[in-house]
Amino acid sequence: MTTANPSNVVLDINNLVVGLGRKADAHRIIDDLSLQVHEGETLCLVGESGSGKSVTSLTVMGLQQKGTLVPSGGSVKLVGEELLTATDRRLRQLRATRMAMIFQEPMTALNPVVPVGRQIDEVLRAHTDLDSRARRQKILAMMEHVRLPDVERIFSSYPHRLSGGQRQRIMIAMALVLEPKLLIADEPTTALDVTTQKQILALIRDLQRDHGTAVLFITHDMGVVAEIADRVAVMRHGRLVEAGPLQDVLRNPKMDYTRNLLSSVPSLVPRAPRPETSEPVVLEANELSKVYRERSLYGKAREVAAASNVTLTLRKGRTLGIVGESGSGKSTVARCIVRLIDPTSGGVRLAGREISDLSRRLLQPHRQKIQIIFQDPYRSLNPRVTVGESIAEGPINYGMPRKDALVRARELLELVHLPPDAISRYPHQFSGGQRQRIAIARALALDPDVLVADEAVSALDVSVQAQVLDLLDEIQRRLGIALLFITHDLRVAAQICDDVAVMQRGRVVEQGPAAEVLTNPQQAYTRALLEAAPGRGWDFANFRPVSEGIVATA
Amino acid sequence: MAIDTLPESSLPVTRPFRVKFGFLTSTPIIAVATICLVLIILMAIFAPLLAPHDPLLLTPAQRLKPASAQYLLGTDAYGRDLLSRIIYGARISLIIGIGAAVCSIAVGLLIGLVAGFFRWVDAVLMRVMDGLMAIPAILLAIAVVSLSGASIWTVMVAITIPEIPRVARLVRSVVLTAREEPYVEAAISLGSSLPKIMWRHLMPNTIAPLIVQGTYVCASAILTEAILSFLGAGISPETPTWGNIMAEGRAFFQIKPSLIFWPGLLLSIAILSINLIGDAARDALDPRMKQREGK
Amino acid sequence: MLGYLLRRILAAIPVMGVVALFVFLLLRLTPGDPAAILAGDNATPEQLDRIRTSLGLNEPIYIQFYTWVAKLLHGDLGVSLISNKPILEMIGPRLEPSISVALATIILSILVAVPLGVIAAWKHGTWIDRFVMGLSVLGFSVPVFVIGYVLIQVFAIDLRWVPVQGFKSISAGFGPFFERIILPTCTLSFIYVALIARMTRASMLDVLGEDYVRTARAKGIGEAGVLLRHALRNAAVPVITVIGSGFALLISGVVVTESVFNLPGIGRLTVDAVLARDYPVIQAMILLTSGIYVGVNLLIDVAYTLLDPRIRY
Repeated sequence: MTTANPSNVVLDINNLVVGLGRKADAHRIIDDLSLQVHEGETLCLVGESGSGKSVTSLTVMGLQQKGTLVPSGGSVKLVGEELLTATDRRLRQLRATRMAMIFQEPMTALNPVVPVGRQIDEVLRAHTDLDSRARRQKILAMMEHVRLPDVERIFSSYPHRLSGGQRQRIMIAMALVLEPKLLIADEPTTALDVTTQKQILALIRDLQRDHGTAVLFITHDMGVVAEIADRVAVMRHGRLVEAGPLQDVLRNPKMDYTRNLLSSVPSLVPRAPRPETSEPVVLEANELSKVYRERSLYGKAREVAAASNVTLTLRKGRTLGIVGESGSGKSTVARCIVRLIDPTSGGVRLAGREISDLSRRLLQPHRQKIQIIFQDPYRSLNPRVTVGESIAEGPINYGMPRKDALVRARELLELVHLPPDAISRYPHQFSGGQRQRIAIARALALDPDVLVADEAVSALDVSVQAQVLDLLDEIQRRLGIALLFITHDLRVAAQICDDVAVMQRGRVVEQGPAAEVLTNPQQAYTRALLEAAPGRGWDFANFRPVSEGIVATA
Repeated sequence: MAIDTLPESSLPVTRPFRVKFGFLTSTPIIAVATICLVLIILMAIFAPLLAPHDPLLLTPAQRLKPASAQYLLGTDAYGRDLLSRIIYGARISLIIGIGAAVCSIAVGLLIGLVAGFFRWVDAVLMRVMDGLMAIPAILLAIAVVSLSGASIWTVMVAITIPEIPRVARLVRSVVLTAREEPYVEAAISLGSSLPKIMWRHLMPNTIAPLIVQGTYVCASAILTEAILSFLGAGISPETPTWGNIMAEGRAFFQIKPSLIFWPGLLLSIAILSINLIGDAARDALDPRMKQREGK
Repeated sequence: MLGYLLRRILAAIPVMGVVALFVFLLLRLTPGDPAAILAGDNATPEQLDRIRTSLGLNEPIYIQFYTWVAKLLHGDLGVSLISNKPILEMIGPRLEPSISVALATIILSILVAVPLGVIAAWKHGTWIDRFVMGLSVLGFSVPVFVIGYVLIQVFAIDLRWVPVQGFKSISAGFGPFFERIILPTCTLSFIYVALIARMTRASMLDVLGEDYVRTARAKGIGEAGVLLRHALRNAAVPVITVIGSGFALLISGVVVTESVFNLPGIGRLTVDAVLARDYPVIQAMILLTSGIYVGVNLLIDVAYTLLDPRIRY
């Protein structure tokens, strides 16, 4: 750990103000922000959405939306040089040579029509006088340095041929090829799977150690913070809440906001198991499979098994989690069960009745017993329909008079802790978390036996996520509903599930009580998944490492 | 993963089937365009009151007269009053423009909805639309008119047919995008019937793009009608339409260019106004444009 | 790549099939006796008979379609009702003026419109942007023939820079040829420039908001590099799509322009056929131009694979 030392400050932000528009009384996106990043140090900038953390990074690079986001006060110094007043030309010279940036979405951050080698080459062509052979050698060396395999082939590959992790490595190679003093990483692992995330985090840490780069790391994920930060700065509504060394902030947060943020992070240690029940089984999936056929003009049809032989059992009042990385088939299973898509083979029994082979028409009466909530709260409600109409739609479909359905909608809004007058408002008047509550109310309107939650809290900020999880828990206790909870987040799974099924490449690799699977995994893949979970050594909510907690309770 | 929350007030207010027409005065240019269009519409409605002469009255003694107090814009080769013919010409243009827009949207909406929702007819319908799009609009219209005679109705049909594929494709693409939306999937799992899903969740998404497309179809129909008349394949020559006036003027272009310039100017102003209003409508109604501006 | 090409060609067949069927049915489904429609009001019974035999109208409709398509596939476009000459022979000498003007228009339009669109998107919201957009709306709104007559009035009549009308083959020397196609080309370019500039601007605006453009800026490369190497290459696909779909517009434009400038091209042939009610010629022209349209769009599909490495099946 590097100690703060004024002589080696790389990035020095003082009293920065960024306004929305040029007017003097413009809304301040960044308000009086000061922070320093030192040589060889990683500063994690943490905050929920809308905290201004990304705007901060873009402002440093001079890449903020011109004319919309206007830095109107303070200073940003890079190794002593003021950036806010620098000319465009000077900023261009500094980019990639003194400061570089990697972004969140490796899928879209690379130009799809240019081979990746040439994209790195552009940096060298813009900033060095090397001839083409020297440049090529330097690039290949850098690509090996970021641990890419088969660099010659990847050099001339187009981005769509590479995996997300490989693309992010290319981005890192591109950012670091000229050894900048400062690397800004804006949520660089958020879009990646945990196992890939772990590798990328290790790579950034190692490169930083080798080159003494100062890293400004932006993230919303406390787990990632615990993995990579030397110091932490917490932001909220464009203001700095608190900053300090990692251990200080995680152990003794001084501000209430930080405390709340930390206590909202679900623990990876599973909650105490609920007693086994002998309630009736409400949902069964038997050897469920979904195969996608891709037909080509000549040659055989290619078959992709999105899910194969998935068998699940869910009892009344219980929660079954399906966890897995992207592409593991967990959402396919959920959608087959709700019959948004038709399974290729296998059966689904809902309250003892086989529904997988029913035609759409015959399925109609059974639909009300199983409902689904989706990931994106901004797209799961029709923007042109009032909240009340949305909630009442289901009951009306099943014959309830409109008036009664609206009365019911009012009750349900209360159940999900929203004011009853929300009934006549439109979705855009609500925040993401509130919309997810509305979606839950809509699903509950039909009194389903089973509620399927497909990544239902993944798009939410951690504090909102905690509230929605609490709500689901409360509803389950009150209504005895069974929950099928699909998530990529092991922390969430540990806190809400009774049983867990781990999926990989369309198959269930391990299944059992959450407390067992998540503490004593039997399969290598489950173990790898658990080990890759960032910040797994920390029990954030109790402000201590997990190991100390075990000692304390022992 | 985190989705940034926008400040609540900055989110666009979208209501079902409700379109705000405030954009008609959003900039001075649009306001001028709106005024021009309103004036032309008024001119068409009140043509009998405004026209100083009978547009069909032949006065052979007064052929190709220059502008005078009696004939404000002069006369044509048959001694008919040019101004009166231009005023009456607005009627045909507007009827054709509005008629073609309404018809092509009605038919295109139906085809697009069906194609967007039923996979099995989609392929067939879209091949037919592709075929229609491959035929240049003017040639298609010429063929229809030359076979079935040149009444205002056949001309309207002839102009409408080539516009249908574009509307249908637009509606289809809106439906295909919208049906992937989670709120549509939610409606399916809520047990909503197909007609209900279409009406409540898919149709409203097509309103704004269709209004925009409608203005473009209207402009292009007016243009096509003028071209048909100009080529001699339009409504019968004695009927005063802007295209017919110009077609007759061709022979006398070097002697009396105003026979082409005046109707040409009015035609251009009408189409320009409609196109400008269409652009303003798109900017105001298309949420994608709004996102682009407000990012 | 080959498979992709093959599939595109196969996909073009039903499109042409629909065109053929449409053209075929149009005559047969129009109310009234087709022969009477074609012959006009003053036709003698002999004339009607001749038309019936010449078009095979006495056969059942599916046999008519079969023989007609079979002839088409052998390159037989039929015979003119007026001059009795094979239509293919009538078209041959008419191609040069039309192709010259169309090609010149495409080249000129792309050279003018793409830079305009790029600059408008880059200077989004400034007066340059508004100017380009204004120009493009104007191009859509002023009828081709009005533009034509304005250009004739100014450059041929007032300034006397070029001849008023007519055409000289390129074999008669480039000078006279160029003199006579420059005005038609400019006339026709107006609408095409409007179309392409508009699409270039819109597509560039989309692309300029993409993450990889931000990445390119973060690399510290110059603005020209960002615009051309990163943005324009990605914006190109919608632009060449609109060049292809605008081809139908171009063909319509050629018909009108040839009438205005008295060019002896296929457009004039069509208009003359309309005035003479020579339906077989109209029918052949529709098939020919649709074929050209489909062919051009096939080429554009191939161009996609060169522009975007992701399209390669």
